[in-house]
Amino acid sequence: MNEVIIEEAQEKEWEPKIIAFLCNWCSYAGADLAGVSRIQYPPNIRIVRVPCSGRLNPFFLIRSLVDGWDGVLVSGCHPGDCHYISGNLVARRRFAILNDLLEFFGIEPGRVNFMWASAAEGERFAVLVRKATAIVKKLGPNKKFKKEW
Amino acid sequence: MSKLNLDNQKIQEKMREVARNLLKEKKVDLIIGYSEGTVPLSSAPVFIRKEEEVDKLIWNNLCYVNLAKYLIPNIKENVDGKLVDLKVGIISKGCVARSIIHLMVEHQIKKENITIIGIKCNGIINRRKIEKEVGAEEIIETYLLDDNFIVKGKDFEKKFNYDEYMNELCKHCTIKSPPKSDSLKDIIVGESQESYSLEEKFEDVIEFEEKTPDERWNYMKELLQDCTRCYACREACPLCYCNLCFVDQNLPTWFGKTSEISDILIFHMVRALHLAGRCVECGACSSVCPMGIDLSIINRKINRIVKDRYDFTSGLSLEKLPPMMAFKMEDKQEFMLEED
Repeated sequence: MNEVIIEEAQEKEWEPKIIAFLCNWCSYAGADLAGVSRIQYPPNIRIVRVPCSGRLNPFFLIRSLVDGWDGVLVSGCHPGDCHYISGNLVARRRFAILNDLLEFFGIEPGRVNFMWASAAEGERFAVLVRKATAIVKKLGPNKKFKKEW
Repeated sequence: MSKLNLDNQKIQEKMREVARNLLKEKKVDLIIGYSEGTVPLSSAPVFIRKEEEVDKLIWNNLCYVNLAKYLIPNIKENVDGKLVDLKVGIISKGCVARSIIHLMVEHQIKKENITIIGIKCNGIINRRKIEKEVGAEEIIETYLLDDNFIVKGKDFEKKFNYDEYMNELCKHCTIKSPPKSDSLKDIIVGESQESYSLEEKFEDVIEFEEKTPDERWNYMKELLQDCTRCYACREACPLCYCNLCFVDQNLPTWFGKTSEISDILIFHMVRALHLAGRCVECGACSSVCPMGIDLSIINRKINRIVKDRYDFTSGLSLEKLPPMMAFKMEDKQEFMLEED
């Protein structure tokens, strides 16, 4: 019986683990909407709720990669819709610079993904999570930046 | 005597004269400048309060320290238990002046307390590169001759081409003396640069960007693997003035203390991120690195990102807000995921 389970597990495709930082006011509610509307999206993401995308220190995202997550997804309110008025606009500049710098260091583009999704966009949330998962799946496991010991 | 040497000497004399006058007229209480270092290929900061000490000031091509670093701890003096503002004069090449301007923008120092003594810099010698070439031999004397930097020891003499053995960042430098602008008119004495080109080409960064991701990753690994994380780069940087740096925090610890490559890279990445829109490319970080790591490519990349995205060059104006302190509704967001 055990052997069968192990064999099955080996045959199973590798699935990435993605850490998703969702802002409390839009994207978290968007994910909730996707759930209650029974829209299917990949179970690869593990959600961390943050007060605002502006709460995210770029360090969190880099550290997630070092800790071994295969991908990072960040989602906040659409520009102009931030609950704290400008949190996501400040965050956007940080993300832009972080994204460019990670690429410069040789981290594959697509390891860290950014998106906007509002509380009413359950469908969009599901579509973008599907897209992000597909991108990370294509890149394969996170080997470069993962801390080995 | 070569022209470069003569230039330096002229600058040195003029600088001493200006400093002496400032002290005599009591326009400043303290002058921060360079003095002869205690070991070869080095220079040390000096703090001058009396007229007769002015002759300690020197200027040569080994003045790699960014003196703006010493402003924040020396801008106030304890008089009878009260902190009193000091008037400080500071010897500034282009990059030092730019750091000072940026510190003013970030409200760390007050404009009225600072007098910038502007001098023109022809580029600083990359002492780590020369140390590597000379090896363990003892250096007795160094001087400039024509276009060469001569290093003399007990029984050897080596010639280094000045342009070739300059700091990487100095090779790309366009602002050699304090940048002139209306808002700074009253604080710059001595030499200043009226016009400068803001058209940075970043050839070296572009060349690096054209490599494949794996090549870049391996290059970075190789470049930084010697890093012992002594944080000398942080200590030398005029803009790393936080009372508690993220590397010193241990509740929570931001990253591990091992010599594993991801721990090293995470430090350098976040250091670069914290300097986004702030780095003035003075090269102090690379000059003080005991392992001889040249961080210029990372610093220049971060400046290129800021220049491309937000059209900002740090340390040129007191009015313009640095990009990380501001935002615009219409900022580019091409890196965001979108539905097809």
